[in-house]
Amino acid sequence: MAKRTDINKILLIGSGPIIIGQAAEFDYSGTQGAKALKEEGYEVILVNSNPATIMTDPEIADKTYIEPLTTKILEKIIQKERPDALLPTLGGQTSLNLAIGLYEKGILDKYNVKMIGANYEAIKKAEDRELFKQAMEKIGLKMPKSAVVKTMAEAVEIMDWIGFPVIIRPSFTLGGTGGSIAYNADEFISKVKSGLEASPISEVLLEESVIGWKEFEMEVMRDKNDNCVIICSIENFDPMGVHTGDSITIAPAMTLTDKEYQMLRDYSIAVIREIGVETGGSNVQFSQNPETGEFYVIEMNPRVSRSSALASKATGFPIAKIAAKLAVGYTLDELPNDITKETPASFEPTIDYIVTKIPRFDFAKFPEADQTLTTMMKSVGEVMAIGRTFKESFQKALRSLELGKYGFYAKLENASDEEIKEKIIRPTPERVWYIAEAFRRGYTIDEVHQMSHIDKWFLNQIKEIIDLEKEIASKTLGTIDADLLEKAKQWGFSDRELARLLKTSEEKIREKRIDVSYKVVDTCAAEFKAFTPYYYSSYESLVGKVEEDGSIKLYRDSEN
Amino acid sequence: MEKAILALEDGHFFYGYSFSSTRSKEVGGEVIFNTSMTGYQEILTDPSYKGQIVVMTPSEIGNYGVNSEDVESDRVQVNGFVVKDISSIASNWRAEKRLQEYLTENDVIGIFGVDTRALVRILRDYGVMKGYIGIGDVSPEEAVRKARDVPDISELNLVKEVSKPEVYKWTEGSWVHGIGFRKIENPKYRVAVLDYGVKKDILRLLADREMELTCFPYNTTAEEIIDFNPDGIFLSNGPGDPEILHFQIEQVKKLIHTDIPVFGICLGHQILSWAIGGRTYKLEFGHHGGNHPVKNLRTGKVEITAQNHNYATDPKTLPEDVEITHINLNDNTIEGIKLKNKPVFSIQHHPEAAPGPHDSHYIFDEFRDLIQSFKGK
Repeated sequence: MAKRTDINKILLIGSGPIIIGQAAEFDYSGTQGAKALKEEGYEVILVNSNPATIMTDPEIADKTYIEPLTTKILEKIIQKERPDALLPTLGGQTSLNLAIGLYEKGILDKYNVKMIGANYEAIKKAEDRELFKQAMEKIGLKMPKSAVVKTMAEAVEIMDWIGFPVIIRPSFTLGGTGGSIAYNADEFISKVKSGLEASPISEVLLEESVIGWKEFEMEVMRDKNDNCVIICSIENFDPMGVHTGDSITIAPAMTLTDKEYQMLRDYSIAVIREIGVETGGSNVQFSQNPETGEFYVIEMNPRVSRSSALASKATGFPIAKIAAKLAVGYTLDELPNDITKETPASFEPTIDYIVTKIPRFDFAKFPEADQTLTTMMKSVGEVMAIGRTFKESFQKALRSLELGKYGFYAKLENASDEEIKEKIIRPTPERVWYIAEAFRRGYTIDEVHQMSHIDKWFLNQIKEIIDLEKEIASKTLGTIDADLLEKAKQWGFSDRELARLLKTSEEKIREKRIDVSYKVVDTCAAEFKAFTPYYYSSYESLVGKVEEDGSIKLYRDSEN
Repeated sequence: MEKAILALEDGHFFYGYSFSSTRSKEVGGEVIFNTSMTGYQEILTDPSYKGQIVVMTPSEIGNYGVNSEDVESDRVQVNGFVVKDISSIASNWRAEKRLQEYLTENDVIGIFGVDTRALVRILRDYGVMKGYIGIGDVSPEEAVRKARDVPDISELNLVKEVSKPEVYKWTEGSWVHGIGFRKIENPKYRVAVLDYGVKKDILRLLADREMELTCFPYNTTAEEIIDFNPDGIFLSNGPGDPEILHFQIEQVKKLIHTDIPVFGICLGHQILSWAIGGRTYKLEFGHHGGNHPVKNLRTGKVEITAQNHNYATDPKTLPEDVEITHINLNDNTIEGIKLKNKPVFSIQHHPEAAPGPHDSHYIFDEFRDLIQSFKGK
């Protein structure tokens, strides 16, 4: 085993208070990391100002400091504790920014603290738009036309060269705060102004719009031997223009051929190598022109990201835990796969189900706020659901939101056609229900696609759900046949929705429908035995066995 | 959409529905599962799947349709195709038709709605089995009986069915986005390919490396190959049990006694294993997927590989002059060997991927370098 012995004490920085763009996911990754490092015998020093975190529980780190997250305070802690290393990649953007600050002020050098996981140069290369662009050019990857400006005068100068619509992204902000889209010169002036104000270094990126393009994410990991693996691919239901944190996202990617998927895999590995993240996980975002298949790199997070939490739970591969172990010198082939035990972590998870993530918003508390979804993140949380079919996964996610909706029905019968169209064109948290209502009213997939730019594969899935809804509504509990009811359950219809459609009670539906099966998330599509009971519910078709005595056993396979 | 039943020889059966419309309403074959999350069209057209019913573990299949580029041979090769869910539309910028039409045109049975995970768990626990798919009203008893009547794959000469009967040239290189398949001009090396059911992407990757490829049928003699005076010899992938291919093993024995560089992939690797005095054995449920970790023992690096094989070389049977170059980290089986005193090596997995990761493309460079260093000797 190649664990580093030149370091003993490791400093971890948490992500501070919960804000939009940086919530519980970094408590999850930090806690996993701290536990993994302690397991290896390292002394873990943790700093975080947020008491409502698991990581600040006394038994997680060896020493925990509840202090403001500033370089000044961190210097004092470093001075006192004298850690050998700082692992900055598990605490979100806050931790990364503080690590940059500590390095630039010479504090890490002064106290001889090594940065592990990602070093200063790698973080800078990924975070600084200009350096990132140069790095991508070097490895032959395309990015949207863009320029960084520090003043309004500079911005106005290049306005025509980029053209409209243009995306405005302030540098070094969390969850894209201050980001916006300008469609004309007037909007451009006001939005660049607020972007410059939002950026701590008064800098914004102006970028060619790829609004309406398809969007994908890849979770990639690398070890010190330069072994690279992809943990998960994610496809955004909402096309480019909506912040990934506000988008409905699906794992694995649904509409990529192998040629395209392998291009993204090759690109992601090239990106993590060129940026120089020596060990750990990164998240690379791409957009794709739906007409030509051309890919652009959008950005790269040289750290465990919001999507890493989703990817970990979507695949059963604990990204933050493995990232921590890679940071102290292990290689992927030296670490076991947590779930299968007997196979190594140097593999790529394969999944035999569909994962849907839907963001949760809280606009009810802020009725004046603009609910339009843009490149600035507005959601306050998210839910994830797993199903054997896309339809099941999606409908489960909708009801997990706890918005009083139990599927695609949202009482929109009285909405005008204008309202329907408007709500499909302009993305808001309610868009999917308006899409469903449009299909109820006979809109075609092409029409909804033209308004939303959402891939036709996703739209067809929703349309099929609505078509089945209509078919079910034409029946009663007495006339619906077992095959149709089984199909409805496999497509994720809740008992409550079925009761509404069949004008009966949930209890009556439950008496008549098939039983639930529990399936396992195991990283390997059942190729190997799983030792971790991590389940999701599903409704499965019938399996049987002709026994040796000629009798027949019929069952629905459940693993719990 | 008719009802369908899939039965295994051990008595298990699964219900689903057909999604292709075929002349024959039943088919038998060896049932295996594949865990690749992309690339169903490449899998369907891979000649190595001849004789097999392929179960896909990813649950949504058909999403991006099919096109005329993502093919590994000129037709669908699998005996039958089993999925959890099939998309009713094809959505991709290159899609030309839906999977439903594609299988129908190729007259291959596809079924969906099957609890594929339950099926995979049975194959994992009890090993690969013979199976039968019946469309329409087929009773479980009849389906299981027919599954038991399916001939064992080791009794079939499948290579004969998928190898092209004539000698042919190959000049097409790999696919590049925005360009399509590259045209290879002025190749430098003359390479003879023994076509046991070769995948097109193997030929493309060899062609990329300046090789002028001439493909010979599976029953070509060693003398014919030697008379052709090649700079290198390639032994291709292909279907079925290597142990029954006595003629081919005998020819390869003669070929490795020349000083012409020889490179084999998958079945080619297994035939080479027999030719050097080793033996192969059947794996419990095979390796079929795009996520297997393989360690290169010379560099210590791990490659994520595409795999499709039911047989493996037994390390205990290999003579002393053989070096094991690659192993599978999941089960430590052999993934690559080379002869210590001859320019001969082979790989068990699929460095060409298609579908799968590109980590092992360097192996084709090694073949070119070997040819280069022996050319003119």
